Amino acid sequence: MALLEVRDLHTFYGSVEALKGVSLDVDEGEIVALIGSNGAGKTTTLRTISGLERARAGTVRFAGRDITRAPAHEIVALGLGHVPEGRRIFSGLTVEENLNLGGYLLRRQPALLKERRDEVYAIFPRLAERRHQLAGTLSGGEQQMLAIGRALMLQPKLLALDEPSMGLAPMLVRTIFGIIQEIRRRGTAVLLVEQNARQALRIADRGYVLETGRIVLSDDAAKLAADPRVRAAYLGGHVEAAAR
Amino acid sequence: MSAFLQFLVNGLTVGSFYALVALGYTMIYGIIRLINFAHGDIFMVGAFVGWTVLAALAASHLPALAALGVALVVAMAATGALGLVIERVAYQPLLKAPRLSILITALGASLALENGVMLKYGAGFETYPHLLAGAGFSVLGAQVKYAQVGFFLLSLALMAGLYLFVHRTPVGTAMRALALDQDAARLMGVNVEGVIMLTFFLGSALAAAAGVMYGTYYTQINFMMGFLLGLRAFTAAVLGGIGNIPGAMVGGLLIGLLEAFSSGYISGQWKDVIVFAVLILVLVVKPTGLFGERVVERM
Ligand SMILES: Nc1ncnc2c1ncn2[C@@H]1O[C@H](COP(=O)(O)OP(=O)(O)OP(=O)(O)O)[C@@H](O)[C@H]1O
Ligand SMILES: [Mg+2]
Repeated sequence: MALLEVRDLHTFYGSVEALKGVSLDVDEGEIVALIGSNGAGKTTTLRTISGLERARAGTVRFAGRDITRAPAHEIVALGLGHVPEGRRIFSGLTVEENLNLGGYLLRRQPALLKERRDEVYAIFPRLAERRHQLAGTLSGGEQQMLAIGRALMLQPKLLALDEPSMGLAPMLVRTIFGIIQEIRRRGTAVLLVEQNARQALRIADRGYVLETGRIVLSDDAAKLAADPRVRAAYLGGHVEAAAR
Repeated sequence: MSAFLQFLVNGLTVGSFYALVALGYTMIYGIIRLINFAHGDIFMVGAFVGWTVLAALAASHLPALAALGVALVVAMAATGALGLVIERVAYQPLLKAPRLSILITALGASLALENGVMLKYGAGFETYPHLLAGAGFSVLGAQVKYAQVGFFLLSLALMAGLYLFVHRTPVGTAMRALALDQDAARLMGVNVEGVIMLTFFLGSALAAAAGVMYGTYYTQINFMMGFLLGLRAFTAAVLGGIGNIPGAMVGGLLIGLLEAFSSGYISGQWKDVIVFAVLILVLVVKPTGLFGERVVERM
């Protein structure tokens, strides 16, 4: 039984069916990439898994429990972290307050909370220097680090990341991908949504390709990266390139 | 000089009532972007609950201060619970609906409270017992009642308590976080619905405290008393920058002072004109209010 089992998920926005039967698995310790073009439904998939959107049909099981109808805050408590698209840090609060919110469920264990904060600061020393600064004044890269650090406060079993490299300079993208591998090394499984398919497939074990609300391909990451259809549509980004 | 001091004292007294009520407007606006039209009536209900408790205690031989303390605590708890129930029943189902729907239910809640109290207590005035007997002292020619000092200090203590709660505790931080981004707060494990209910409880309890103090100080209460006071408190919240907690405190005190000085130096009939003229002036110069930073988004 996989850590995360998504079966035949259907999610609607009004009458628009954004997910038309998505199924995927993430095992313990895996990095799984979910790729697809704009509007394919990647964000919707993550939001439905973590309880921010309600599925009209289908199931989500996490760590052996059916979480399809569970409220978002209970899903977090079970060990499923989610770094949302666009970071969504609390810009009017300080870096440290943001991290404390990441550890909100540990609020009655201040010693543990501090320990976790220090671990995050060890991974992201830049955040430690800026702990009393308002999060909205951080640079884009620092904000992404804060968003990831905030989600690590609870040491989740699974971390879902929605386009963590969006808008970052190539150097920072490499840093972020390095950190994702480090997170996995520490025992957290990762479900990685990326536009940057080449790099995502490079660090992932397996991958899924989502197209207009449906999974159209799934395979080992290396095989996906070599698949001509994937290369045409998502690597290099030019369909003509594949035709040559 | 003595007149000035007298207006100052009177202004701070009424201003602290405005500030306590303004806090509820600002907290509720801050987290769900709702102008809670029923909030002035929550203040009124608090005054009536306090009156009922004091009436029940009249036969007992409790000292006046102890009776007042009991009335305050009961009124805050009961009115806080009422605010929470109104949120659950009338607002929560509509949080995702168009803004106009929830504004209409807020108006409905306001009318329901006013008419409910009128049916129970009648349309006339009820009179609070003369607990504090108007005793006081004089400073530089100004008459200061003990009640004024006591109520001002109690209001300050409640405001300080709220400020510390919101800024120094995890749940208070969650409250500020969900005002900024509800979905992100959910992803932190915050029970957003629970924190919203808590906000209504706190805002309503503060209004109830103001209601009991108002009743004790002015002695006359009536089912419509929340309307004008609510309007002035809302003005205070806007003047301070709606959504901003220290802003509501300062705004409330400022409105109280403006009222007292304009009725003192000009005329009581002009005070509302002057208060609202100042409000308009401030908003023209600084549309977000004195302490507001963010532009007022929705609504
Ligand atoms: N809040 C919403 N209301 C209505 N439609 C929405 C909403 N959010 C997404 N959609 C629609 O659902 C579909 C899937 O969107 P989603 O955001 O999941 O795509 P995505 O794969 O994450 O895209 P991107 O790569 O641009 O982030 C799109 O057609 C989008 O227009
Ligand atoms: Mg997306």
